[in-house]
Amino acid sequence: MRSIDELVAAHPFAAGLNDEHLALVAGCAHNVSLDTDTMLCVEGASADMFYLLRRGHVSIEVHQAGRGPIVIETVGPGDAVGWSWLVPPYRWTFDARAIQPVGALAIDGACLRAKSLEDTTLGFALLSRVTQELLERLQATRVRLLDLYGEPRG
Amino acid sequence: MASATEFSVPRSALTPALYRVVARGRETADVVTLWLESLDGERLSFRSGQFNMLSALGVGEVAVSVSGSPSDPGPLRHTVRDVGAVTHALCSCDVGDVIGVRGPFGTDWGVTGNATPHDTVVVAGGIGLAPLRGAVEELAAAQREGAGRVFVLVGAREPDQMVFLDDLAEWEKAGVVVLITVDRPAPGWSGRVGLVTTLLANAGFDARHCRVLICGPEIMMRFTARALNELGVDLASIWVSLERNMQCGLGWCGHCQLGPLLLCRDGPVVNYLEASALMNERER
Ligand SMILES: Cc1cc2nc3c(=O)[nH]c(=O)nc-3n(C[C@H](O)[C@H](O)[C@H](O)COP(=O)(O)OP(=O)(O)OC[C@H]3O[C@@H](n4cnc5c(N)ncnc54)[C@H](O)[C@@H]3O)c2cc1C
Ligand code: FES
Repeated sequence: MRSIDELVAAHPFAAGLNDEHLALVAGCAHNVSLDTDTMLCVEGASADMFYLLRRGHVSIEVHQAGRGPIVIETVGPGDAVGWSWLVPPYRWTFDARAIQPVGALAIDGACLRAKSLEDTTLGFALLSRVTQELLERLQATRVRLLDLYGEPRG
Repeated sequence: MASATEFSVPRSALTPALYRVVARGRETADVVTLWLESLDGERLSFRSGQFNMLSALGVGEVAVSVSGSPSDPGPLRHTVRDVGAVTHALCSCDVGDVIGVRGPFGTDWGVTGNATPHDTVVVAGGIGLAPLRGAVEELAAAQREGAGRVFVLVGAREPDQMVFLDDLAEWEKAGVVVLITVDRPAPGWSGRVGLVTTLLANAGFDARHCRVLICGPEIMMRFTARALNELGVDLASIWVSLERNMQCGLGWCGHCQLGPLLLCRDGPVVNYLEASALMNERER
């Protein structure tokens, strides 16, 4: 079986992290298996974990009274779920639900914040990755607003 | 004096042949597939990716890709989205109605008779799967015979805008990797939500040795090509289908000009290296 260090190193989120930083992240991580319909994040709840997905898909949802959950997007292996651990007030702003059995690395956000304060080079490396992911999501959202499939075409 | 090339143009390219609608199927609220048989019994030979000029008699003529496979011995197949006068008339045809067919025209996906040991990735947005359908049929058949793997990735705005659902299921059964995603899920949709580009990273194809065929709105093709390139796909391995208004279909009238290309003759299927520089050019 692969160690947590190896699993973290193999995830795209960690690509390019040096060995020292990898060990620090792995020290805050544990491996989880989640059943279908498990909630990884619940809007308004304390955001103490984030997840690096290794297997299975997760839907990012917003709950609307009377309409139930609205799926905004689905994410899968290689993606990360949850950024609210990084910025106060550390509360989830959406729901995230396993739509299949999911294998993930659950990372303790408070642990990572504390290590980042001690070692600001780790903090910078993590922020760069999170910013990169956020930019990609923002870009995808913009493109979806453009209606990628909207023109008449044959 | 007329040139030798003009004289070599087949009659089928100049004068519409009459075809009867022998079957009709609704794909979505505004997309219809027509199966056509020539009144004089002739079979049109074409390659996947080529198009015909279809005329709704008394209304007008438009370019529509063939959505059938060249190896299918059955009737000629076209899938049309109702967006204006002519496509509306075509979509409204009933079994027994007669329309005009001129063609086939243009370049093709390079799949017909050209099996490769490498992966082929087909990416379609909405009804963009229509011009690719024949190619997928051919690729799936070649895969069964030992050729490279086939991946079909489809994105649509909403689940009810997804075309060829039965084919997608058949292809998957035949061993093709089929991944679909929508932008806006409807109640009951349990599949993927997000752009078609989000399907690329985990699809499982060999990015270094593959060819990619993309069809959809130009913005979708640009974003897809960019995402593929980030995954390591060489832009020269990507082919896209470009559309401009077509009239003659023969490279004579210039209506379909895009930069140095006449898309009825040099397209619609164009290598991405050439297409990327032209995609922002406006129609003349
Ligand atoms: C090579 C090629 C292959 C095509 N294959 C198919 C196909 O398989 N199925 C299919 O449904 N359609 C296909 N089209 C598009 C089809 O030709 C147009 O939808 C048709 O010309 C519209 O004519 P109309 O009289 O119905 O609408 P119009 O009244 O002429 O136009 C209605 C609306 O559609 C837009 N439009 C017109 N032509 C195009 C075009 N070429 N691309 C994008 N928007 C357009 C117009 O700007 C307008 O907004 C293809 C076009 C080309 C050039
Ligand atoms: S349609 Fe006339 S030149 Fe292309």
